[in-house]
Amino acid sequence: MVTPSIDLPNGLLMTRLKLPPWLVLLLPAILILMAVVLIPLLLSLYSSFTSYRLTRPDSITNWIGTFNYEKAAKDENFWAAFGRTVLFLTIALNLEMLFGLGLALMVSKVTKGQRLLRTVMMFPMMFSPILVGFQFKFIFNDNVGLVNNALQSLGLSSTAIPWLVDGKLALFSIAFAEIWMSTSVFGILILAGLYAIPQDPLEAAKVDGCTSWQSFRFVTLPFLMPFIYIAMAIRSLDVARAYDMVQIMTNGGPARRTELLWTLIGRTGYVDAKMGYANAMGYISIFLAIFFTVYFFKKLTSARAELGMGG
Amino acid sequence: MAQVHLRSVVKKYGGLQVVHAINLDIADGEFVVLVGPSGCGKSTTLRMIAGLEDISGGEVLIGDRVVNDLPPRERNLAMVFQNYALYPHMSVRENLGFSLKIAKRSQSEIDRAVDDAAEILSLTPLLDRKPGQLSGGQRQRVAMGRAIVRHPDVFLFDEPLSNLDAKLRTQMRVEIKKLHQRLKSTIVYVTHDQVEAMTLADRIVIMRDGHIEQIGTPLEVFERPNTTFVATFIGSPPMNMLPARVGGGRVVLTDGTAFDIPPGHKVEEGQDVIFGARADNIMPVGHSLPATEHVAEVKMSVQLTEPLGTETLLFAQLAGQEVQAKMLNPRPVASGEVLTFQINLDKCHLFDAETGASLRV
Repeated sequence: MVTPSIDLPNGLLMTRLKLPPWLVLLLPAILILMAVVLIPLLLSLYSSFTSYRLTRPDSITNWIGTFNYEKAAKDENFWAAFGRTVLFLTIALNLEMLFGLGLALMVSKVTKGQRLLRTVMMFPMMFSPILVGFQFKFIFNDNVGLVNNALQSLGLSSTAIPWLVDGKLALFSIAFAEIWMSTSVFGILILAGLYAIPQDPLEAAKVDGCTSWQSFRFVTLPFLMPFIYIAMAIRSLDVARAYDMVQIMTNGGPARRTELLWTLIGRTGYVDAKMGYANAMGYISIFLAIFFTVYFFKKLTSARAELGMGG
Repeated sequence: MAQVHLRSVVKKYGGLQVVHAINLDIADGEFVVLVGPSGCGKSTTLRMIAGLEDISGGEVLIGDRVVNDLPPRERNLAMVFQNYALYPHMSVRENLGFSLKIAKRSQSEIDRAVDDAAEILSLTPLLDRKPGQLSGGQRQRVAMGRAIVRHPDVFLFDEPLSNLDAKLRTQMRVEIKKLHQRLKSTIVYVTHDQVEAMTLADRIVIMRDGHIEQIGTPLEVFERPNTTFVATFIGSPPMNMLPARVGGGRVVLTDGTAFDIPPGHKVEEGQDVIFGARADNIMPVGHSLPATEHVAEVKMSVQLTEPLGTETLLFAQLAGQEVQAKMLNPRPVASGEVLTFQINLDKCHLFDAETGASLRV
């Protein structure tokens, strides 16, 4: 480093501003992260303490303390959506896991054309959720939909079943679409797990007297658990932010009966323009996602430790 | 406990036949070792006994039951695998007790059996560990313990020591032998290591290309090999094999050196043969065992020496071929030094040059 000369004020200035090398090297990353993540995050956090409305930009300076949070805590619609999201998440994840497991087990047994089958298996993932939403909106339509048509042609039902209108049926229909689209995520990850299982312990289990079910239960499944938890962690984040498909299929209706957290927050923020309140609900909801992620990662870590794969 | 019988057992993978109609009778309590180079079908044979491979032809009997169509779990066997095949998510205790748990035995019975097995194999301090926290030798012992808790009819070992280092291998070999003496159970053991085969077996089955080359006690296969393959496979260093022809009632090597016909062999005049002699039976005069009845003497130039302490291995040239010989009470030998060697013809072998079959009568 050049020793600054006392005669040169410029040199002195340079020395005073000299940053430690580690900071200089990290600066680009820090600047990008600040621009992309930190500032929006802080801004939205700040706005959740204001009465910020999209239609009145100046309201962002109107500090109202924790009013939005108190309002959310007392809002029945918010907690109903919260509970419904948890329910939706639980049903969708568990069914996707079970179907994915079954799918993976079957595909792993196929001897001819397995590559083709694996590709076909991933087709549903290749569509935009919006399109899947439109497709299932049509399939479950009570007048022209495929399901009702089929049921009536087969004589299984004489009336038009209101798939997307009845509250319970509508949630079922959305879950159905969600499961159709994303079961293959579980399928693919579990299949990867099945390929990674060493054959020796399975053979040892056979000699030790296990039936095929017992081999699966006591040897295969423990090996698959880390893969299942990884899939669960990824998918819980996905499902917890479910918006597009619900928005298309029911728009949270009828009468809020399929309202999930993000359709509610989206409507509050952009339709009702109450961005401050929407941000407050968003921050509460984030905890749900964080909770599930932490939960499944804990499970993953302990399942890996069980298998002696280290933390 | 039970006998095992193989009757014309065949294994085919599609059009490829890897085991060719082998017959083998294993007595109750016998320790039989299947040995051979890799790809000879020994592991496949063992896996057919275990039920992990389908049997393409012939019959496998355990006790007096034909087990061809029984799944492994109904054969009452225990198997120790090369890679131990422990259940990584279970503790040592759970690994040992797993088969009994599957068989729905009572917890107290499982505990007793596990404690006994752990005691025998000195695994007691390790019972609560996971396989990932054990060394190779300890894992091997757990794998053996898992086999013995079941009191199976037959133990199957598939190259159980090949993943261990040399020292541990020797130690575990002794433990397996002790275990057999203690349990007096029928054991079928597969290895490619002829030393393991010699040291462990009651009887050795030498396999090659899906055929059985010879069955016999370790000493039988060592002293009376049926074929050149067995002669070179069993014993270390491998037997010296020199091409020769029978002429004038003697064995004549390619350079004209001639010996008497080793006793006990039937040859025809002019027959092409292979003369086989182990290093132990070729020794320099003055550094050999007391002379036996039939001895040939031959001068050879020593090219290389390998001192082993109590003896030195000499690499010499005879009839244009390298011959290994042994020197007892060794003295330093210079490279190129010519020594007179005594060949103990009583222990030498003649094989048909074409078929490789022994000409012993």
